[in-house]
Formats: sequence, structure tokens, C-alpha cells
Amino acid sequence: MADTLMPEIVEAPPVEERRRAPRVGRTPTTYVLRFVATAYLFLLVAWPVSLVVTRTFDGGFASIQSLLEDPDTVVALQLSAYVAFFSVLINTLFGVGISLLLVRQQFPGKRVLNALLDIPLSVSPIVVGLALVLVYSGRNGWFGSALSSIGFQVIFSTPGIIMATTFVALPLMIREIVPVLEEIGIEQEQAAQSLGANAMQRFWRITLPSIKWGIVYGVVLTLARSLGEFGAVKVVSGNVLGQTRTATLVVEEKYLNFDQQGAYATAFLLAMVSVACIVVVAIIRPKNHA
Amino acid sequence: MSIEVRGLNKKFGDFVALEDVNVSIPTGQLTALLGPSGGGKSTLLRIIAGLEKGDSGTVNIEGVDATHLPAQKRNVGFVFQHYAVFKHMTVAKNVAFGLEIRKRPKDEIAHRVDELLKLVHLSQFSHRLPSQLSGGQRQRMALARALAVEPSVLLLDEPFGALDAKVRKELRDWLRRLHDDVHVTTVFVTHDQEEALEVADEIVVVNEGRVEQVGTPDELYDEPANDFVMSFLGEVTHLGGVSLRPHDIELDTRPRLAGGVEGTVSRMVRIGFEVRLTVLTVDGDEVSVVITRTHARSYGLEEGSTVWLTPADGATVIPRMVAAS
Repeated sequence: MADTLMPEIVEAPPVEERRRAPRVGRTPTTYVLRFVATAYLFLLVAWPVSLVVTRTFDGGFASIQSLLEDPDTVVALQLSAYVAFFSVLINTLFGVGISLLLVRQQFPGKRVLNALLDIPLSVSPIVVGLALVLVYSGRNGWFGSALSSIGFQVIFSTPGIIMATTFVALPLMIREIVPVLEEIGIEQEQAAQSLGANAMQRFWRITLPSIKWGIVYGVVLTLARSLGEFGAVKVVSGNVLGQTRTATLVVEEKYLNFDQQGAYATAFLLAMVSVACIVVVAIIRPKNHA
Repeated sequence: MSIEVRGLNKKFGDFVALEDVNVSIPTGQLTALLGPSGGGKSTLLRIIAGLEKGDSGTVNIEGVDATHLPAQKRNVGFVFQHYAVFKHMTVAKNVAFGLEIRKRPKDEIAHRVDELLKLVHLSQFSHRLPSQLSGGQRQRMALARALAVEPSVLLLDEPFGALDAKVRKELRDWLRRLHDDVHVTTVFVTHDQEEALEVADEIVVVNEGRVEQVGTPDELYDEPANDFVMSFLGEVTHLGGVSLRPHDIELDTRPRLAGGVEGTVSRMVRIGFEVRLTVLTVDGDEVSVVITRTHARSYGLEEGSTVWLTPADGATVIPRMVAAS
């Protein structure tokens, strides 16, 4: 192939996109707005959370240490981690699948499905728990008795806790991925297709890398939500010490038993995991991604 | 013939995008699908590429019936108006994509990518991300990416439509030169008649889902099949029952030739070397006439002058259609 001779096309390279909003002049309104926002966040979020931290460390690291020496609490923390892991895994797989379905396919009932996906966010987790008990309870559940007759117990057991947690955190992944999928459009995939890529290759090489950061954020939110779930888990777990008691249930138990130090220490550990996730993602995320 | 489209129909809901379209696209040529927006030319191109499915009819590419082949098996290169670059890959990775899918050896891919980037003058940008390129550079990268897999046909959907006028013109010249080197059967969609006339070997005029005419730029310009083709390829005016180009009208200040139509100059606009006149004839027509500045001055024309108009010898003239007027 001979080189095509021509004068080099001179064209200005694109100006680096700037994410920062243009500066507006500082007026008294600016300061008032800043004050209101700061005060609001301080009173509602920063102060209460910081008190949890200070309470936890009232006596140095002793409270954390005693917490980790209590075998029942350790089991509860492990159970929470286990449940959160599966909830994140299930929600990621289904979240990607359902998001692709919602954005890329047209089918009757799409709007209904879309509305259904918001139910977990809009109904109280207690209701979710009770609903699951109605269906899966081993004694009189609609589907549960059949399952328990083959020896599979859902309610008052780990599968029930995972199910309730997954249910509650379901929309978070989808609501992160759908806008990203809508924004990237289908042209890149069509280009890949015309270059010979089949459906799997298009998914792994084009779609997945494009929605990567949506998934990462979805994972962080789902993880935080799963670790923190209380109401639905309380109903379906049975709250059996050392078996189906999760970390959030431990916090309540300790608090009601006047073990405030222990309650704050457990709450602190739970909060730290979520905060750590968000901080890590904020650090590793490339700057040019919105 | 490289691409044969037979009896193609396509509807989007109630909208008829293509109606019984038959086109043959010759091998090794640069063919333009020309027509107004919404006329169905992009749909036709996308059906050839397999990105869209026709309701009925067949598509044959290089002797293979491709009607039911998925896009990834058609071996066509497709270039999109908005580039469709793979944003998360470097320029080199973008170009290498099709070859990697085909599992070519690594050193062969590297060599070919190098060669193609040289061809599109992007060698020094091979490690950049597409977001660091200008629009024209992105489109050249997309072209290299499509050429990498050695497609049997190259399809370009309004390839320069998103670029500014100057870059568009430069890229258009460059595409023509590139095609003279590479000789791959190329079809590009455009609504810009100047682009089609300048670049294409052959033009297919598509309007309202139908093929109006197929021919070389000269054939189309000199022998338009109908009023639509004539008016789409350039300015048209009407003089005494015929349609013709404003610069194909001869003007005189005296009734010298038989059949001259008398009229009055109602408007005169000078643009550089040419003068555009609007003449109201005694038949009640409003005729546009273009003459040179020198010509206008020699007749001492001004608004209100009486003139006689006749179609020039050898002018492209077609009977005026009632519906078009």
C-alpha cells in the first residue's frame, strides 16, 4: 500500500475537557449557601458519625479488641461479610443483565419491569422481610414448605438472609449501570460487530470496559447497603446468637443490653468498611471519568 | 458487481424508508449514495452492512448471498458519522481490534497497525486515547480500523458530516486519493451534492426511499432523469416550460434570437465575478439568471432593464414537471 501523499491536515487538537464549572463571582449569596450546606451536613451527618467514632475510642482500642475477642460477635461479623459478598455477587450479575435488557431491548411490559425495580427502594425493609417469610417460611410459606420438604430451609437461615439483603440492595447496581449504558449508545458495539466480533466478544471487549466504573460504584453502594441492612434481615433471620445474627443485629442487641461501648465499636467497624470502599474508589478512579 | 441489492423494502412503523430498491455497485469504485436527509440512503447502507434488516429483498456481496448473514460475518468495513471510536482503547488498539478478533499473530498485527497508521497520518498518535484526538483525526482512525480487516467493501455513513467545512473538504480530497491507492470497493452516504460530484466515480441518487437515478457525476449533471435529480445536483430555474441551470441562460438586451422571452430585471446581486439576476418575464415567470460581471457591465444592465432570455446551446434542459413547480 503506497503512502497517500498529501499535506498534513492541520486541525487544532481538542481542548482538554474541563470538569470544573465556570467560576461565578463570589457574592454574599455564595457565602450564605456555603454556610447552609456545611451546617446541614455537619448537623445531620458529620457530627453524629464523628460521635460514634469518639465513643468507640473513649477507652482507646480496648473496645475494638474486646469485640474481636467475643466469638459470637466475630461469627456475626463473618456472617455479615458472607451475606454481603453473595448479595453483591448476585446483584452484580443480575444487575448487568437486567440493565442490558432494559436499555438495549424493546419488549412489552418494560415499563412495568422498570417500575418494579424501584420497589425495593420504596417499601420498608420490614415489609420485604415479612413478604419473604410469607413465601419461603418452612412451616406455612407458599413455596417454603415445598423447599423444606426436600431439606432446604430458607427462613431463619443464611439463604433467607442473603435473599432479603439482595432484595433490598437490588436497584442500586441497575440505577448505576443504566445511565452509563444509555450514554455510550450502541455505535461502538455496532462498529465492533462490523469488525467481526460476536456477541460475547462485544460484551467482554466493548460493553464491559465501558460500564466498568458504573459497576464499581454499584458494587460499593450494594456492599454498603448489604452490610448495613437491618429490618429485612431481622425478620427473616430469627436472630439466633452465633448462627443467624448479623453485625447490625449485634449492634441493636448490645445497645438494648446497655453495652453501649460494644454497640458503638461494632457500628464503627461497619461504617469503616463502607467509608473505606468509597475512599478507595475515589482514589483509583481516573480523573477524566465523570 | 460487488454489491447487488434486489427488491429491498424497509418500513419503520408506518414510515416507508426504502421501497423496492434495486442497486448494483461496481467493484473497486467509489460510489456515493446521494439524497436529502431522511431519504433512506443511510438505511440502505446499514442494511448492506447488516446493522439493520430489510423487510424483504436480497443483498448480495461479492457473489455471496448476505441477506441473512449477521454483520460480523459480512466482512464489510463500516465508518460511522460520529466515529464510534472505542473510547477505552488507544489509537493503535482501536485499529488492531478487528485483527485481534481474527486471532492474527501479534507481530503481524503490530506491523499492519503501523502501516495503516502511516497511511492515515496518525503514527505519532498511536499511544493516545481517542479523546485526545480532533474530530478529523478520530475519523481517520476509524477509517484505518475499518481497513485493517481488509474488507471486501468499505461503507461510510456521512463520514465527514460531523466535521467543520474546511476539514471536511480536506478529508474529502484525501479520501479520493486514498481510494486511488487502496482500490477497495467503497460506498459513502452524503447529502452534499458537491461532495458526491467531486469524489465519486458513480452516484446513486436516493429520494423518499427510491432510487431516482444511477450514473457517473457527468451523466447525472448533464442528463438528469427528472426534475428532482436536476434540482438536487445544482440550482435550477424555469424558463418557458423547461427547467435549466441559471448559468445556461443567454441574455441579450435586444430580441436577437428566435424564441427569446422578454422580461424585466427586478433584482441584481453581485457576488465576486458573477452577477445574479431575477428576471420577471412577460409570461409571468420569475427566472434566475447568472452571468459574469463583465457581461453584465457590457450590456449596461441595471434593475428595471428590459432583456430577452434564451436557453444556451448545449444547455441541460428538461421539460418542466407540473408537480415540481
